[in-house]
Amino acid sequence: MSTATTPAHQRPADALRDGDTAARPAPSTGARRLGGVAGWVDDRTGAAKGVTYLMKKVFPDHWSFMLGEVAMYSMIVCLLSGVFLTFWFVPSAGETIYHGSYAPLQGIQMSEAYRSTLDISFEVRGGLIIRQIHHWAALMFVVAVSAHMFRVFFTGAFRKPREINWVIGTILSLLAIVEGFAGYSLPDDLLSGTGLRAMEGFMQSTPVLGSYLAYMVFDGPFPGSAIIPRLYSVHVLLIPGILIALFTAHIVIVALQKHTQYPGPGKTEQNVVGFPVLPVYAAKAGGFFFIVFGIIALMSALVQINPIWGYGPYDPSPVTAGSQPDWYMGFADGALRITPGWLEFHPFGYTLSLNVALGALGLIPVMYTITGAYPFLERWVTGDTREHHLLDRPRNAPVRTGLGMAAMTAYGVFMFAAGNDIMAVLLHMSINDITHFFQVGLFVLPPLAFWVTKRICLSLQRRDRDMVLHARESGTIIRTAHGGYFERHDGIDEFERWPLVQHEAVAPLELPAGTDANGVASPTARSERLRARLSHFYFKDAVNPVTPAELAAAHPGPHEEEVPALEHDADHFVGIEQDHADGVGAPRH
Amino acid sequence: MNALAARRPRPATTVLLLILALVLGAAALVTFATRPASASSAASGDQIAQGKALFQASCASCHGINAQGTMTGSGTNVAGPALAGVGAAAVDFQVGTGRMPMAAPSIQAPRSKVQFSQEQIYAMAAYIASLAPGPAIPTAAQVDFAKGNAAVGGEIFRVNCAMCHNFAGSGGALTRGKYAPSLAGSTPTHIYEAMLTGPQSMPIFSDSDISVVGKRDVIAYLKAISKEPTQGGSRLGSLGPVSEGLFAWVFGLGLMVAAAVWLGKKAA
Repeated sequence: MSTATTPAHQRPADALRDGDTAARPAPSTGARRLGGVAGWVDDRTGAAKGVTYLMKKVFPDHWSFMLGEVAMYSMIVCLLSGVFLTFWFVPSAGETIYHGSYAPLQGIQMSEAYRSTLDISFEVRGGLIIRQIHHWAALMFVVAVSAHMFRVFFTGAFRKPREINWVIGTILSLLAIVEGFAGYSLPDDLLSGTGLRAMEGFMQSTPVLGSYLAYMVFDGPFPGSAIIPRLYSVHVLLIPGILIALFTAHIVIVALQKHTQYPGPGKTEQNVVGFPVLPVYAAKAGGFFFIVFGIIALMSALVQINPIWGYGPYDPSPVTAGSQPDWYMGFADGALRITPGWLEFHPFGYTLSLNVALGALGLIPVMYTITGAYPFLERWVTGDTREHHLLDRPRNAPVRTGLGMAAMTAYGVFMFAAGNDIMAVLLHMSINDITHFFQVGLFVLPPLAFWVTKRICLSLQRRDRDMVLHARESGTIIRTAHGGYFERHDGIDEFERWPLVQHEAVAPLELPAGTDANGVASPTARSERLRARLSHFYFKDAVNPVTPAELAAAHPGPHEEEVPALEHDADHFVGIEQDHADGVGAPRH
Repeated sequence: MNALAARRPRPATTVLLLILALVLGAAALVTFATRPASASSAASGDQIAQGKALFQASCASCHGINAQGTMTGSGTNVAGPALAGVGAAAVDFQVGTGRMPMAAPSIQAPRSKVQFSQEQIYAMAAYIASLAPGPAIPTAAQVDFAKGNAAVGGEIFRVNCAMCHNFAGSGGALTRGKYAPSLAGSTPTHIYEAMLTGPQSMPIFSDSDISVVGKRDVIAYLKAISKEPTQGGSRLGSLGPVSEGLFAWVFGLGLMVAAAVWLGKKAA
């Protein structure tokens, strides 16, 4: 929007031409044509405004912001490859005899579903690689969703105003594993059938309703012929529909709320420092899609996944050693493996299989409820109702980071427990010992992870303080003219210092008086006491950032040459959040 | 790309390797197919005497001087079981796979280096077989897997064997440190003998459980899946979803993050 400015000494008549824009060179044929099409569309839809808004949207650059993109692209790869598979897959339990080209199964009775999956693998041109792409992309989808979730959690990106998106993300992650399990169960090979058998067992362990539930889902006794077509509808229609709808909402909310950014010089709660979608992010993100697709294709070309021809057709009597679900369902399988058998009870002649129900049925809702509820819990404890667009460095929220690590450890115990038999064989250990290790580990390791993580965070925060106050020890000893000695400390400049001091100081909430002026007990006293206790747990040993005053006080002494510069720096600090006067604030621009 | 192209095996190499494998396989076949026949048919007195001497020198510490078995002396623990009636097949399997003599007491005798020549093993087998009747070493015809039906063998394998040995015969865990070993590289005769004699934790699959023809089919199946090309790429040990998940997290996510870091660092 630049206009020609008029130098003061020019004649008044020249001002007549003020506001004129210089003639532009005629647009190229291509640009004219594109403009024509864009204009045609805009005339009929009014899309220009929205598209302009989106194209100008600024996104900050950081590798960890691209984990969500990996998830998104893996999902798109799943959708594309999945459409290809539907052209040949026959979702039927109808019986047939195999006469395809895989010799070790010649003449064997199997279901249409299994035969068509074999045909996709051995008869359809390019079928095996697409099948492997579909499966690897599904594994990578859930891997990337988890990694993305870790990033969002540990940087505090779930805080206001992004709680809704955190909840949507939690639901997406749950849907992803259900979708994956439905797909894993479709080919009707020995492994997937064993998985379904396990699922039926989980349902049956539901108190009171169990057998009715299983009969309803399987339309009769296991395995029946209904489950495969039903799972097919769920896998290709129902869950993908919900998944895409929620995922779209997830992305739209990200676009409407500005993207979070890591703290740094010039980055505030009011701005986003980065590059606009057009041309930079469109190119980067578009290119990244092909990189993700390429990596998945590479994995699929080099490494076998789910060799269904090896497992053989499903038959309820056999089972193979090393029957595991795909990794994302491993935690539920692991929970089942480490739940002790004595939790089965027989009250009044009925069987109550808590040995199955606790791990296999109870864990998933409990885990996802805690995950979804965490932002609201933290908000209540901290009493922080402000918006946050600057991310926390994980070390600056030691208790949150510790809780996250404890949760991941508990999840890891469950997940690795699902591989107890594989570990026993590969490590030449007793499967009983490994199982006992996980049983004890479930209770011991998460608190240990919490404690270790929190101590590491606090140490790193102290190191940051030390770095700001004393900078780097250079190891160079200098003798002054008077014969004194000191070690030269290499200064850090204000750009290096900024990330170390930008965060706010925190303190536990004060417990309000339990009674009002008239001595009447407050109706919320109990919850306030709990809140104060939790706040104490979060912030009692907080290490707060260096204040400008501390910074100024720390730099008299022998480094004469540094002091003027530091004082100069301190003059340039102003508080940006006036309600936190002890925060160092942002440099003025 | 050039490095990749240079490492790619040339078609001629693959063909040559295949031919070599075929020749070696045929040679091994001939070796194993001819010997047991001579051993089981003619157990001469000399052979039994030689076997007895070998047994007393190498096995008697645990199994007793007359193969009557011994106790460790603590509780009811057995140092070595009595061997009368285990048959020549058990000796050929245990000694022929290096499981016996055991180097040290352990939960399970692991497969290891074979300590005796095949002649000596036959001699010991003849000695043990002379103590009491037991399963004999299978004949060449019984283990001639070329005549077996791999598809039927696959069904028998999945119903009877896969629960411990895994669908691809990669092995699996049993309780308290015991395990079902991988079947890769096992000879047809040893597979047959294992089914016949039920070594260690393995059940016995007598001829009424799995017929003579059925056993041959199982061997045919195992040989078929070990010879088949690895469709779809590396098998990751044929251990199922655990190794796949590990690969996705380590290799897959590792590459994705590396690409993201590279893109994030790229100046716009």
